[in-house]
Amino acid sequence: MEPQHYKDLYDILAHAQGYIFPNEIDLQWGILIVVYPFITGLVAGAFILASLERVFKVTILKATYQIALLTALSFLLVATLPLISHLSQPQRAYEIMITPHSSSAMAIFGFVYLWYLMVVLLLEIWFDYRHSMVLWSQEKKGVMKWVYKILCLGVTDISPRTLSWDKKLGYIITIIGIPSAFILHGYVGFIFGSIKANPWWSTPLMPIIFLFSAMVSGISLVLLVYMVISRIRKIAIDLSVLDSIGKYLFFVLILDFTLEGLDQIHRIYEANESFEILKLLVSGKLYLTLFVSQGLIGTIIPLITLAFLQFYRGRIKLRKTLYFIVGMLVLVGVYSMRWNVVIGGQLFSKSFSGFTSFKVGLIGLDGTLMAAFWLILPFGILAFLLWLLPPWKMAPEED
Amino acid sequence: MESEKVRSSRRKFLKSAATLAGATIGYSWLKSTQFLVHGAEPEDKSLPWYGIVIDIEKCIGCGNCAKACKNENDVPKEPFFFRNWVEQYTVKNDGSVIIESPNGGIDGFKQSVPDDEIFKSYFVPKMCNHCAKSPCIQVCPVGATYDSPEGVVLIDEKYCIGCRYCVQACPYGCRFIHPVKKVANKCTLCYHRLKKNLAPACFEVCPTGARMYGNLRDKNSELVKFLKTHTTQVLRPNLNTGSKLYYNALSSEVK
Repeated sequence: MEPQHYKDLYDILAHAQGYIFPNEIDLQWGILIVVYPFITGLVAGAFILASLERVFKVTILKATYQIALLTALSFLLVATLPLISHLSQPQRAYEIMITPHSSSAMAIFGFVYLWYLMVVLLLEIWFDYRHSMVLWSQEKKGVMKWVYKILCLGVTDISPRTLSWDKKLGYIITIIGIPSAFILHGYVGFIFGSIKANPWWSTPLMPIIFLFSAMVSGISLVLLVYMVISRIRKIAIDLSVLDSIGKYLFFVLILDFTLEGLDQIHRIYEANESFEILKLLVSGKLYLTLFVSQGLIGTIIPLITLAFLQFYRGRIKLRKTLYFIVGMLVLVGVYSMRWNVVIGGQLFSKSFSGFTSFKVGLIGLDGTLMAAFWLILPFGILAFLLWLLPPWKMAPEED
Repeated sequence: MESEKVRSSRRKFLKSAATLAGATIGYSWLKSTQFLVHGAEPEDKSLPWYGIVIDIEKCIGCGNCAKACKNENDVPKEPFFFRNWVEQYTVKNDGSVIIESPNGGIDGFKQSVPDDEIFKSYFVPKMCNHCAKSPCIQVCPVGATYDSPEGVVLIDEKYCIGCRYCVQACPYGCRFIHPVKKVANKCTLCYHRLKKNLAPACFEVCPTGARMYGNLRDKNSELVKFLKTHTTQVLRPNLNTGSKLYYNALSSEVK
């Protein structure tokens, strides 16, 4: 262990409030574990938005369908990395796949992840892009010709009958994908919600809360990505797309807010043995991140703005700006929510008699810079995917 | 042409085969759902099934147990890593409770509350509860932490991936990540000593005999006799961890 870490621990010990078990001074899950549910949430949310278009035939969202899928894939590819880099024995990470312990919620992650990546996302994107990839492999020259040829996996038949099969199979995968996305992120909530030792985590609502906050964050991310891509491509942002995404965001945010409110009301009304310590937690160490960042900035302001945008049909530029701001605020709010769950759940002692504090370093494998890297990397992957598989150059759909 | 007899015996065969297959699948399905009910007693009944008693009335807060544990088990000396430690509880006249455990009690205790403000004060030694339904074993994603046949909760250091989920799952704060080995660490009830018929280090050094361990299966053991004749309690009974660490004279302030 680095000397700096010891120095930090002595510092935390000197400033601990009340009594905490001696082993609790060293906070176990840091910023990387905040990033992990944030990223998987973005994946699940983006995918669910894409599925809306496909399953419920929301044609207006067609413009964001591929963007949402590729965004989900970019983030999914990174989702495990903060987890693995947080392990103190990362070279043994594969054990989780080859000898999973059946009673552990965490053990199933590898399988849920692989299922989602291989069976849902990659297949759906492949079926969606196959026609275009075949055409691109015929048009392009040099290396790219071969890249697309390889991506087609040798299936180059683009007869109308085969294409209609692509569509059908893609549809089936979307149907499978929706519950899979629910499982992927609901399950992340279960990792926390099933820890009975921790009253801040232990609630059956946790998977559902995680799921709805995931949808909120994923929808916001796709909204932002769509706006940024349109700006980069110098094409007009379709306001009806924003309105449509905004409407979904509004409704899901209401549900999310209601669920989280219900969770808190339930805690307050039941007021069991952990109530006093949790009350001190939210009014003290979590005040800024819970009430200000998650509640006000990430939920109340976006809700009011989105409600306003439901009937305001005035200045286009203002509406676009507001949507952009709402998207950013919601992401800040959901990130804060992950922080409040992960870090907040470790700040109070399981003796219910005191608090430790969290000191995040800048450098190191679990420092802020590393966390920022894992959050930025998916955007790099997304840029690459959008270059490789540009949705705007796809073969026109034949009905 | 098949005779009616052949056809009927074939039907019978198919029927019984289907029943057998169905029963096998059904049984294996049931068996596989057993993981939901975590923590059964190990099957080998010939081995002892260890339980622990700590008599709070006898503890004088000398901290020998915590010190001996660190020495015996190569636990880092910094005050953030303990397999066992002692807490001092002071209930003041106004009802407030002060809990302290400076360096786990290894260097002894000083009473910070003036005598005339004290309603009562006592020491509580803490260690792994060696739960029969351990939340830490339940959550380990690779099965690196497990029950020994004697019901002692152990960790395979060569197998632990260091995910820290077990540290989160233990309601008693008994686990930590070893700063040198970089894997989870906790009390093993000095398993290496138990196997040589030696008492765990903390039991060995306790000057007042406040600690007792023994075979819960042996109805004539000192431990079982003590449990029969005293009102004991486990920590956080509401969590149903199947704790095998019983406290005598446990006060409600202790979590």
